[in-house]
Amino acid sequence: MTLKLPVYMDHAATTPCDPRVVEAMLPYFTEKYGNSGSRNHRFGWEAEAGVDEAREHAAKLIGASEKEIIFTSGSTESNNIAIKGAAYMYEKAPAGSRGRGHIVTCEIEHKAVLDPVKRLVKEGFEATFLEPPRDGIVTAEMVKNALRPDTILVTIMWANNEIGTINEVREIGKLCKERGIIFHTDATQWAGKMPVNVDADNIDLLSWSGHKIYGPKGVGALYVRRHRPRVRLQALQDGGGQERGFRSGTLNIPGIVGFGKACQIALAEMESDAIRLGRLRKKLETEISSQLDTCAVNGHAEKRLPHIANISFGFVEGEGLMMAVKNIACSSGSACTSASLEPSYVLKGIGVGDDLAHSSLRLSLGKWTTEEQVDYAIKEIVQAVKKLRMMSPLYDMHKEGIDLSKVEWAHH
Amino acid sequence: MAYGPKIIDHYENPRNVGNFGSQEQMKTDKKIGVGLVGAPECGDVMQLCIKVNEQTGTIEDAKFKTFGCGSAIASSSLATEWLKGRTIEQAEEIRNTQIVEELSLPPVKIHCSVLAEDAIKAAIIDYKKKNGMPVADHDHDHAGSH
Repeated sequence: MTLKLPVYMDHAATTPCDPRVVEAMLPYFTEKYGNSGSRNHRFGWEAEAGVDEAREHAAKLIGASEKEIIFTSGSTESNNIAIKGAAYMYEKAPAGSRGRGHIVTCEIEHKAVLDPVKRLVKEGFEATFLEPPRDGIVTAEMVKNALRPDTILVTIMWANNEIGTINEVREIGKLCKERGIIFHTDATQWAGKMPVNVDADNIDLLSWSGHKIYGPKGVGALYVRRHRPRVRLQALQDGGGQERGFRSGTLNIPGIVGFGKACQIALAEMESDAIRLGRLRKKLETEISSQLDTCAVNGHAEKRLPHIANISFGFVEGEGLMMAVKNIACSSGSACTSASLEPSYVLKGIGVGDDLAHSSLRLSLGKWTTEEQVDYAIKEIVQAVKKLRMMSPLYDMHKEGIDLSKVEWAHH
Repeated sequence: MAYGPKIIDHYENPRNVGNFGSQEQMKTDKKIGVGLVGAPECGDVMQLCIKVNEQTGTIEDAKFKTFGCGSAIASSSLATEWLKGRTIEQAEEIRNTQIVEELSLPPVKIHCSVLAEDAIKAAIIDYKKKNGMPVADHDHDHAGSH
C-alpha cells in the first residue's frame, strides 16, 4: 500500500471526525431539526432526546451524572465559564475592590486558562502562576505551597497540550477538597483518551472538547459538580437560561449529538488506543534519538500522554525543520511558526533554552495513525535534521568543540 | 507559512553550502572573509564566507551556512549567488531590499534579508581588517526594522 501524503501527526491540535460520529449527527440537520427548547411538539422532543442521550454518554465518560454536564462551544468556553464563573461566585470582596480572592494556576497552562485568569487579575483578583520543574509536572506539593487563606480556586490542566505531561490531578483535587477550595481542570487533552472519574479524582469543574476526541469542532462540555460540594457559578452569558442557566443559547444539537457519540466511542476504545499509540510514540522517540545526536525528548519520560511526543533537535531551527518535513503535518515550538515570534512559552516555562525551544517538533498520534506512517516520519525527520545540520554553522562549531554559550553573538 | 517559489527553490536546493575550512583555518587565511551574524536564541545565525582574489579584488567564491527558517536559508543562499564575481565595492552595494524583492519575502521575514545584508558586510569587514584595509563606518540603512 502506498502511503498517502501528507501524514497527519497533529492530533493534539485537532482530530478527524469519526465517520460513526458524522453518521449519528446527520439526521439532526435535516430531519430531527427541532429546538430542544420546544416543549410542545415532536420536533422539540426528538431534539431533546438526542441531547439527553449525548448528555448520558458525556457523563458516563467521566463518571458524572447527566445533570452535571453543561454543553458549550468547546474547551475555551468551558474554561471561561468555570474560571470566571467560579471566581465571581466565590469572591471574597465586592466587585472592583482589591483582594477579591486568590487563584492558583500554572505558567504552562493553555492560553484559554491563562488569559481568563489574567483578566481576573486585572479585575482585582490575585493569582499565583506556578513554575513547573524541568519535567513539566505540576505536583500537589507545588500547589500546596502556593495556597493561601484567601485562595478560592485552583485551575491546573490534566495533561499538557504541548509536551503531553500529566499533572498530579487526583492529589491536587484531594488537597483542594480538604481545604474547601474549588478545583477546575482543563482536561482537553486527557478526557476521552484516558480514564476519568470525577469523584475518585476529586474534581469540581472539568472542561473538555469534542474535536480532540474524533468529534465535531465547536462543541464541548463543562462538568459542574452538584454534590459535596455543590459548585455554583456566575453565568457569563445572559439569555434563555439553557443548560441550567450556566450557558444560555439554543443548543447546538447536531454538534452535541456528535460530541455524545464521540464520548461513547472514546469510552469503549480508549484503552486499546492508548496501548497502541503509546507503543508507536515510544518507537518514534527511541528511533529518532538513536539515529541523531543532540536531541531531547521534552517533558517527563514516563508520566506523559501516550500519543504526544515533543522532541528538540539541537542546531536546527524549527520552522526550517517544518519546511523540511513538509509531508508530515505537525507543530513546532519555533518562534517563526507563531504570530508572536516568541518561542513556545511552554518549553521556556520548563526551562528548555531558547535555542532548543526554537527547534522542537510536537508529533501527536491518533486513532488512525499507522506503524507505516510512524516509520515514514522517523525516516523523514532524521533525514531533514541531517540535511539542516549540514547547513548549520552551529553544528559545525559544536563539532569543532566550540562552546556555543561562550560565543559572543551579535544580538538583534 | 506559504512561501513563494523562489524561496522554496533556494531552500530545497541551497546554493553554495559550506565554508573554507574550520573556524580556526578561516581566521588565519587572509583571502577569506567570514561574517557570522545573528544569535541562536533569536532563531537565526548566518555564516557567510567569501574568498577574494588578491590580484583582481573580486570575490571568487562564496559559501554559507545558516541556522534558521526557510527565508533565512533562502536569503543567504541568494546572497552567495550574488556575491560571486563581484568586486568588494560591488558587494557592498547589495541591499536587503533587493533580496526582499528577488525572493518576494513576506513582511514578517524581512529581518532575514537584513541579516543577510549584515552577514555580507561583516564578511567584507573581516576580509578588510585581515588585510589592513581601511574599514568605513558601516551604516545601517536597511529598509525594514530589526
